[in-house]
Formats: sequence, C-alpha cells, structure tokens
Amino acid sequence: MSAVSTASAVAKGSAAAPRVPAGKRPVGKRAKVVGKAGKNVLALLVAAVFVFPVYWMFSSSLKPKAEILTKDPVFVFSPTTENYVKASGVDMFWTYVQNSFMVTVGAVLLALIVALAASFAIARMRFRGRKGLVLGVMMAQMAPWEVMVIVMYMIARDSDMLNSIATLTLVYFVMVLPFTIWTLRGFIAAVPVELEEAAMIDGCSRTQAFFKVIFPLLAPGLMSTSLFGFITAWNEFAMVLILNKEDYAQTLPLWLTQFNTAFGNDWGATMAAASMFTVPVLIVFLFLQRKAVGGMTAGAVKG
Amino acid sequence: MTVHSQGVVTSVPEDAPRKSAGESQTPPPSGSKEVLQRPRGRRGLPTGLLPYLLVAPAVISLVVLLGYPLIRNVILSFQQVNKRELITRKPEWIGVDNYKELLGSSDFWTVVVRSFVFTAVNVLVIMLIGTLIGILLNNLGKKMRLVLSLALVMAWAMPIVASVTVFKWLFDEQFGVANWVMRSLGFAGYEQHNWFETGTSTLVIITVLIAWGSIPFVALNMYAGLTTVGTELYEAARMDGASGWRIFWAVVFPIMKPFFLVTTFLEVIWVFKAFAQVYAMNAGGPDRGSETLPVFAFVEGSGQQHYGMAAAISVLTIVMLIAVMSFYFRLILKQEEEQ
Repeated sequence: MSAVSTASAVAKGSAAAPRVPAGKRPVGKRAKVVGKAGKNVLALLVAAVFVFPVYWMFSSSLKPKAEILTKDPVFVFSPTTENYVKASGVDMFWTYVQNSFMVTVGAVLLALIVALAASFAIARMRFRGRKGLVLGVMMAQMAPWEVMVIVMYMIARDSDMLNSIATLTLVYFVMVLPFTIWTLRGFIAAVPVELEEAAMIDGCSRTQAFFKVIFPLLAPGLMSTSLFGFITAWNEFAMVLILNKEDYAQTLPLWLTQFNTAFGNDWGATMAAASMFTVPVLIVFLFLQRKAVGGMTAGAVKG
Repeated sequence: MTVHSQGVVTSVPEDAPRKSAGESQTPPPSGSKEVLQRPRGRRGLPTGLLPYLLVAPAVISLVVLLGYPLIRNVILSFQQVNKRELITRKPEWIGVDNYKELLGSSDFWTVVVRSFVFTAVNVLVIMLIGTLIGILLNNLGKKMRLVLSLALVMAWAMPIVASVTVFKWLFDEQFGVANWVMRSLGFAGYEQHNWFETGTSTLVIITVLIAWGSIPFVALNMYAGLTTVGTELYEAARMDGASGWRIFWAVVFPIMKPFFLVTTFLEVIWVFKAFAQVYAMNAGGPDRGSETLPVFAFVEGSGQQHYGMAAAISVLTIVMLIAVMSFYFRLILKQEEEQ
C-alpha cells in the first residue's frame, strides 16, 4: 500500500517537474529515478499476475499431453494443435456452437429492434408514464436473474418450454433489453433535434427522418450495445443450466463446465475448449474497452 | 405518474427530455430550454398513440418475461412443490410455512452469514486493490500504462465460465501451478495440496477468481476518473506541501467519491448474486460448504427438488438485494439531480 502511494507521490512530482525550477529540488531527482523504476516494476508485476491465467489457458491448450501433466510446469514446449482437434471433435460440439450463436444473435437482434423503438419514444416524445418507464428500465437492468432460475424453470416446465432454443433466446433477449434501451436512449438523445427537424422541413416524414437522419448517426451506439448484448448472452450459464438439460439444446458455457468432468484429467483438451470459447469474447472486448470505461465514468464522475 | 400532463395528447419532439429522465451519458444539447414546437408533418397514426405503440413491445416483454416470473416466484414461495407435486402438477398452498421453516433453520442462517462475509471480503479486496491499481495506472508512462491496461482488459474479458475452468486447472491437486508456486516459495505440504478441501478454502479460491475478474473494471474506471481530475489540483496541493497520502484523501477522494460509492454498490450487488463462479467451481461443495444464497436456492430447488422452499430462499435473497439496490438508485438519482 505504502509502496504505491509513495510511487504516486513521486510520479506527481515528475509530472509537475517542468514547471518547477530544477535547481530548487536537487534531492528529489535521484528518488524520482528510483521511484519511476519501482513503479514500472510494480506495473509489470501486476500485469503478469492478471495475464497469467489467460496465458496459462492458451499455453496449456497448445502443449502436448506429456508436458501438461507434470509435477513442475513446463514453460518451453513445442506447440501442438492436438488438443484443439480433440476438443472440437467431441460429440455434439458443433451443435453447441450452433446453439450458442443462435441464442446470442437472436437475442441481440430482437433486443435491438424492440429497444430502438422504445428508446426513440423515451428520448424524443412525451407521454404519460414515461418517467415510470425510465425508472422501470433502470431497475430491470439489475434484475437478479441468477436468483430467479428456479421459478423460470417452473414456468418453462408448466408451459412445456424446457430444452428449447427459442425459450433461451427469449430469456436472453429480456436480459439484454433494459441495457440496450438505456444505452440507445442516450445515443438518440445526443442527436440534435434540429437535424431531425431540418429533414422534416425538407419534406421527410417522421419515419423517414428517423431512418435517414438518426439511424445512421446511431451506428456506434448500435455497435457497442449489440456487442455487450453478445457478451452477456454468450457467457450466460445459470439459465441454460437449469432450463436445457438435454444436450441437443445446450450451449457452449454448459459444455465447457461439463467437459472437465467428462474428460477427467485431460486438461489440455479442456484448456483448448476454454480457449475456443474465450477468443470471440476477447476480440469483442479489446475492441470495446474504451467505450465501456468512458460510458461508466461519464455518469460516475463529474468532470 | 402525472408527469408532463401537458404533453399527453401530442407527441411533440421535445427538446429537454433529460431534465426529468435523468440523463447520464450524453452532454446536454444546445439550447436545452423547454421549447414547445408546433406539431408538423405527421401522417397516418394519431399522434397521441405513437409513443405507446413504440414502447409497447418493450413493456410487454419486460412484464411477461421479468415481471411475471418475479410475481410467480412469490406465489411459488407460498406453495409446497416437491418431487411429488412436480409430477402431479398440483402444488399445495401452505402459506408462510416455507418461510417459517427457513427462518428457523440454522442452515439458512449459516448461508446468510457466509454470503454476507463473502460479499464483504470480496468487495473490500476488489475496491482496495482496484483503486491502488487505478492510481498506479495514472502514474505510469504511456507505454507501461498500455501494457498494464492490456493485461487488465484480458482478465476482465475472460468469460466467467472459462475463467472458472482455468482456475480449477491452476489450483489442481496433482498438476496445478499453484502447488508448484507454493513449493518453489519454500512452503512445505504442497506436494498434492487440495485447495478445495473445505467450504472456506473453496470460497477463498472463488474470492481470488472474482477479485481477479472484477479488479480490472474498478482499476480502469478509477483511472478514467482520475484523468478527469485536473493536474492543477495536484500541483496546487503539492506546492502547499501535501504528501501523496494527503493528496489522495484531501483532493482526489472527495472528487472521486461519487465514483467510489457507485462502484462499491455495483460490486456488492454483483458479488452477492454471483452464481456461475460459485456453482461452476465446486457446485457449492464440498458438503454444501461453499454455498452462497443464489447457489443455496439452486441446490435446494434443482438438487433437492424443494421448489417452493427454493422460491422462498430466492424471495428473501431478492429482498436483500432490493435493500442494497435502493441505496444504489437513490445515489444515482441524487447525482443526476445535482448535474
């Protein structure tokens, strides 16, 4: 703890350095250099800790079997794809992949369409109950789905909707819907009304004005909301665990948790499975990171 | 809801919707004064109905797929639905019996206490380390900052289920790296140490997992928040002779306080209802010793086939969550009013 704050104090000194005449603080200079090296070392250490599990997943997935099940870990090895061949060759693997993509894409598309209409009304129109709706959407974002699995199971069972991709798609759709409305509302509100009005003066109908003026400006918003929806649905575990017990209706997260059990100690193949599951999310995330951080803090800290 | 009574009949595009709605993400547009516009260029639909039609699909989906299950959950908690009733499909109404049994059982209270302690420890660790790493990020050079951020994003991005699988491998009894690390550091007894031996030890591993996955979020947001604190403030404080520690508490913390509160509450909510991490790690075992409330409800329902009882646990858990959330929402609303 103290190490960090010292480092930070020193760093602030160096940040302020250009404005302070150098001659006035001759003592600080050496401490500064040490402090800088210290915090770089600390940063590397922290980075290593956070990256290690990810690195270990990928490296284990590329190791030949003999170099995985060792008492002392092997760090240098000749990579092989045998684990990937094995993991993707598992019975039903492609069914799970297909199911995962179907529920994810289905849920996100559905949410986008429904949310686009709703958020336009919320951002641009006045109607009775609007404030209540905004509040409702805000609270729905925090819906405790993980705690509601039992009742969802009972409802699905009573209406014979267990082991169905459609049910799962609907559930995921409602999971991502509130967030999608919330975010799109912000994006729509950010488009100046004047643009829309100008289009309407020039003879556009309101619908045309929406699709020709607002919609193109929403592209980044649509992009980031759908990617977030994708991540949520792709990773979901609790619902599919209880709703879809038959393997033909299962998705990749379930497959991954059971893989480990089914294959006993074949950690190479298990890590290959985990890697294959992770890569799409990792790509999406690296792409999204800036927006995620900016969006969160915009509301949290007043600049 | 008697808001905007003057705007009920027309769906005039309004200029300042965010005053009442509490906009957070977008900057106020030019001229956000209330300007009522003349309705123009509208065909077909009667204007009063349009917003309702646009909103209807969303409202209906939320009511049917979220509202109804929540109500049904409460109803189910007043019924006895065990294996037999599940097959005959004739649930028996037993009033508050489920709750009585639950509140009178020591198992339930053990799980409640465990969930609270688990949440508190997790949130504390996450906020503390997250903040420190955020400060560290703010003090790094460009290149090192990129390296560290990338590492954090990697951990953040890992799907929960995948990270649970990896952690099981890291902490594997026979070939896990964790045992090797302990041996290399000179600790005895880590030849084949079983990290999942007791409920508590399992929860410790889960804590490491959750902290590892959540710290990046706090750290990166903390850093993003810190960049909004002007450097002039640091400099002024520094000129006045304040120490790094003092600068943090007297300058940075007050500015970042809204951020701290919001993030802390979010983390409390997320950790408290964490299911996948706990369940996928060891299914609440060994011997049901690592069950937190969501997992307890799941095992009671799906495993023991006491669905009514599971619903009662779930209702009580949701009540606790709502208590936390109400603080959170009050905080958010207050912030937006101030803005």
